[in-house]
Amino acid sequence: MTTVVVTGVGRYLGAHVAARLSADPGVARVIGVESAPGAAELSAALAEIGAPPDSVELVHTELRTGTVAALIADVRADIVVHLALVTSAEGHQGGRAAMKEQNAIGTMQLLAACQQAPTIRKVVVRSSTAAYGASFRDPAVFTEDTEPREVPRGGFARDILDIEGYVRGFRRRRPDVAATVLRFVPFVGRRADTRLTRYFALPVVPTVLGRDPRLQFIHLDDALEILHRSVTEDHPGTYNVAGPGVLLLSQAIRRAGRLGVPVLEPGLAGAAAIAKSLGFGGLSLDQVDLFVHGRVVDTARLAKEYGFTPRSTADAFDDFVRAHELGAVLGRHRVAAAERAILDAIRRVRGG
Amino acid sequence: MGEVADVDDTWDRRVAGGLALLRRRLTGQYEVDEFGFDRELTDALLFPALRPLYHKWFRVEVSGVDNLTAAGGALVVANHSGTVPIDGLMLALAVHDEHPAHPHLRLLGADLVFRMPILSELARKAGGTLACNPDAERLLRNGELVGVFPEGFKGVGKRYPQRYQLQRFGRGGFVSAALHTGAPIIPTAIVGAEEIYPMIADLKPLARLLGTPYFPVTPTFPWFGPLGMVPLPSKWLIEFGEPIDTAQWVDQADDPAVVFNLADQVRETIQLALRRLLERRPDPFA
Repeated sequence: MTTVVVTGVGRYLGAHVAARLSADPGVARVIGVESAPGAAELSAALAEIGAPPDSVELVHTELRTGTVAALIADVRADIVVHLALVTSAEGHQGGRAAMKEQNAIGTMQLLAACQQAPTIRKVVVRSSTAAYGASFRDPAVFTEDTEPREVPRGGFARDILDIEGYVRGFRRRRPDVAATVLRFVPFVGRRADTRLTRYFALPVVPTVLGRDPRLQFIHLDDALEILHRSVTEDHPGTYNVAGPGVLLLSQAIRRAGRLGVPVLEPGLAGAAAIAKSLGFGGLSLDQVDLFVHGRVVDTARLAKEYGFTPRSTADAFDDFVRAHELGAVLGRHRVAAAERAILDAIRRVRGG
Repeated sequence: MGEVADVDDTWDRRVAGGLALLRRRLTGQYEVDEFGFDRELTDALLFPALRPLYHKWFRVEVSGVDNLTAAGGALVVANHSGTVPIDGLMLALAVHDEHPAHPHLRLLGADLVFRMPILSELARKAGGTLACNPDAERLLRNGELVGVFPEGFKGVGKRYPQRYQLQRFGRGGFVSAALHTGAPIIPTAIVGAEEIYPMIADLKPLARLLGTPYFPVTPTFPWFGPLGMVPLPSKWLIEFGEPIDTAQWVDQADDPAVVFNLADQVRETIQLALRRLLERRPDPFA
């Protein structure tokens, strides 16, 4: 029977992965690791699937302190799922320095602990397509083998490169352990509350003048499915995880029934600052690059290896729009109604 | 009476069609492929805007359309000229309108295009992408017709006295893309684009200042301001040559000797076709 350690169970993704694993008959024991106090997300996730509240053992510890090594040895863990990733310095206690600490040092400590544990046979690490950066010199579609042309700007992207570097080192030192790295595009879904989803909820959405980036999303439910399969099945390697297809930013804004307001590129940082001061959350440099150049990844490897295709980027985004009931300025129904009204009016005029 | 009703029906259909298009555009209910190609926008707005230029201004005549293999992917390699790369747009329209299957030519553009705001997005929406091997090979594997101008800025930015003299073909990246995917190469000659903006001088210091590959001086630009940007109405001929099969070389896609030989063969074929077409068109503005 399998013992699984899941990090980052204080957040939606980690909590749901842990809850679902605890209900899997093939998994004997699930230990959730979280640095922040409280267990609200985890309790909610367990209640959602009707599991007893104690089916995930919760351990409060900081990954970067290295105490996790003793934990992994103690419980004789077979599988480690690393989801404790801080995506934004904003709202994170301690700012960018603490974010880097947790992302880079935390991952380093965790992988070092795994390396020393003879019982470990698999690690699953959450990564991001931010690893590819975004620039006008890049190919239109990134495959898993594409190397970034230059080191991406922005703290989060650099953390991702560090994390993947540590995994490469781990793979070299423990070739007997299956390591799965999942490069996710931004999450959307009914429950997703990320900077990106807050961005699309702004009354007027700032965009970069003369740029219409290609974006991709993954539905949170599909992300959970892929993470679950990564634990219960064996899929060593690195995978892009995205909903097939593409939405242009202008298209996404229209689908959300929003109005885009083009600003000059330095202005996007300015608009982000205003949005931040209003409490809407800001954009980091890597996200500014994303909103200028866009990023699309190839998901053929994922579909082939997992035998599972996530719902398309457009469907995932539509589900997010529906669930959040964004008070649409230009809603689909309103536009369709206007169209019918005009056609009716023409018919009446002609009939009379 | 029946005739009047028919006219009304066409008009009704047009209004309904236009409104449906407007609704789809306003609510984002349209498809864009992974390269950013917006088929609906291209067919409904870009191509109709270009057709008067194609038919009335340049009076484009196309031959060898049968050589375009619409299925299975092929690389259309053409000469590049005209100071402003209008030849790419006309070539794409020729492929779409003259071929019975109405395929869309996916053009490969220089990175300068994708560095610039607005222009980069227009290029992507019209089906273009960055001229790099991963993109070219991906499009060819998807069975698309891909258009490339291997001369690049050396071709489009050459002076008028050098017209119809093919420039160097770079590193032959287009050949290795064709070899890696086994796609045939269709050598294509475009006559007429050289005369639209005859470049009599190139203000290099100004170009360096603006970060462009050249700054053209033509008989009308910059003397007449915006009016000088109207292209001269030259007569255009486009000829699609016989496809060059690359399947036999697929194993040697990374052999520079094979790549350079094939690039030379393509270059020679286009140069010969240009001379032949020029004999058919003695007066550029006939």
